[in-house]
Amino acid sequence: MEQRIAILVSAIVGTLVIAVFAIVARSAHTTGSPDDIAAAATRWRRTTFWGLVVLFIPAIAFSLTRTPYGHDLRTPGTVVQATGHQWVWELTPSAVRAGELIEIRVTGADVNHGFAVYDTNDRLVTQTQAMPGFTNVIRWVFTPPGTYRVRCLEYCGLAHHTMVAELTVTAAQ
Amino acid sequence: MTSSASSVQAAPEKPAYSGAPAIPGRGLVATYMGITAIVLALLMVFGLIMRASQAGYITVPPNRFYQLLTAHGIGMVAISGLGGAGVMWYFLSRYVTLSRGILIANLVCFLLGVVLVLGAIFVGGFAAAWTFLFPLPARSLGVWGTGATTSYLIGVLLVGVGFLLLYLDTGRAILRTYGSLGSALGWPQAFGKSTAAPPPPAVVASTVVTIINIPAIAVGAVILTMSLVNALAPGFRVNALLAKNLIYFFGHVFINSTIYMSVIGVYEILPAFTGRPWKSSKPFLLAWTATMLMVVAVFPHHLFMDYANPTWAHVLGQVLSYTSSLPVLAVTAAATLANVYRSGIKWNLTTSLLFTSIMGWSVGVVPAVMDGTIAINRVMHNTLWVPGHFHIYLLLGVVAMLFGFMYFLGLSTGASDSALDRGAFWLYVAGGIGFAVSFLAAGAVSVPRRWAVHDASWMTYDRLGSAFALMVVLGAIAFVVAFIRRARAIGA
Repeated sequence: MEQRIAILVSAIVGTLVIAVFAIVARSAHTTGSPDDIAAAATRWRRTTFWGLVVLFIPAIAFSLTRTPYGHDLRTPGTVVQATGHQWVWELTPSAVRAGELIEIRVTGADVNHGFAVYDTNDRLVTQTQAMPGFTNVIRWVFTPPGTYRVRCLEYCGLAHHTMVAELTVTAAQ
Repeated sequence: MTSSASSVQAAPEKPAYSGAPAIPGRGLVATYMGITAIVLALLMVFGLIMRASQAGYITVPPNRFYQLLTAHGIGMVAISGLGGAGVMWYFLSRYVTLSRGILIANLVCFLLGVVLVLGAIFVGGFAAAWTFLFPLPARSLGVWGTGATTSYLIGVLLVGVGFLLLYLDTGRAILRTYGSLGSALGWPQAFGKSTAAPPPPAVVASTVVTIINIPAIAVGAVILTMSLVNALAPGFRVNALLAKNLIYFFGHVFINSTIYMSVIGVYEILPAFTGRPWKSSKPFLLAWTATMLMVVAVFPHHLFMDYANPTWAHVLGQVLSYTSSLPVLAVTAAATLANVYRSGIKWNLTTSLLFTSIMGWSVGVVPAVMDGTIAINRVMHNTLWVPGHFHIYLLLGVVAMLFGFMYFLGLSTGASDSALDRGAFWLYVAGGIGFAVSFLAAGAVSVPRRWAVHDASWMTYDRLGSAFALMVVLGAIAFVVAFIRRARAIGA
């Protein structure tokens, strides 16, 4: 969902910006009154500025309700300890149930790693940094059951790209 | 945009530049830009090699891949800084008296630093990426040694020392001419009732860069030194989260400054071809002051996935990611469009590249804002989405500005654009867009960044990316060759 929003917004607005620049570039063989154009540009600038402000306020407000830092007071069904080592993941346990609130406590034993969970369609669904000296907590409900992958998304040295583990999600009881 | 009938002459209404003015130090600036051109081309080839390796076209062993990654990353940051400094020095010296000795000292520090960094990477095997996140430089599991780490960290420090000298000199010169930094930022006109002429755009932008880069480099020096001590005395430990904050403050401010330095070329050169002066209007002055404040505070958006960072910093990072786009889109882009619209400008490589650079900067804002949204960052952070958005800024923004400035310098030799130049322009722009889109598309399907080896299912993006990267490299090499052929005459 988030990936679709990002790519759609970027494609639409990016194309629009390129189109505006192309139109202005093509206009350059003609000449117009600099004063009239400056006045129009001032109006355009104000409209753009306030238009973006009006768009940004609800976008920021809504998106900030969906951060991963919330304090979920529910008791997790299972707690997974995830530790990144150069260059292997240690997951205890490595199997959890679908539909259950899972708490994953993520840390790094040596250097920074990135703990990224990929779903059964190989799409990234959540992540946090695995840092030496810190524990970052992910709370997640896995659906559907299947084999999820954990990939390292923070560069950690020679075999960084081999840091892949599997997290088995079994069907809910 | 380029046309076979294009002229290299400035518009008659405002003959500020009928070629690059022969200011004292123009030859030195040409040397800066010559080194920039060659290094840019070399680092782009490194990028092409990495994409071709991920695509499976060639085989690059992982240790070599990560060495290239490290050299490409730190090299692009540094060379964009060097080229941007060349642009800024050239135009700022029209308004204030700068020291040529300091400009030379910066170059000497840069070259010595580059030798140490390249030695660390390609002789010592150092490959901790440009970010050198603590404690990776000192924990390679035997892949590289303490000597390589020391060489890399001291090399980057040396480059930083050179830039620090340069900004201390620009600060000194600005203060001597304008009396205070506030005056050089146009605050009396922006916030007061002063009717005096505001400082020109080149001075405003240079002042902002001076103000933000001195603390950025100082902070960079702190974490480089801490990492160095850790490498030599492992008992000395650094808080990993503090280290990340320091590194991303330094890195974010410095790389953004490369845009702010290079865009001075747009402010100074485009008006000479359109006959419409670029004024330091009140919105312009306010936008630069706002940018200055926001760019030093927005860096926590690099740490959204470090949940241990304070929540207020995360929120600040997101809010400022959005608001910092406003000055770009609503002021710089609008002013560029107004400057060019129905201006009768004759397109040549200089004007085409500079105009395109503002387009690239503006377009790059959009995926950057997406990634600056915490909820989206959770599924995009450290995927190929990230290099997607910053390659738009860099390839189609900063680097286009730098190449545009190089062609501008070439005007003083009487050279005109060839068909090869015009072909290179379209090759570069089309390749740049395609290259960035291939990254963004791969990021949208969760392909990780900084992975030496890719799954087969990701390789379609890598192959497209390689083809577009080849176009960019070919276009850039044509730009570089054109500039180098003119460089000796520029310095004369």
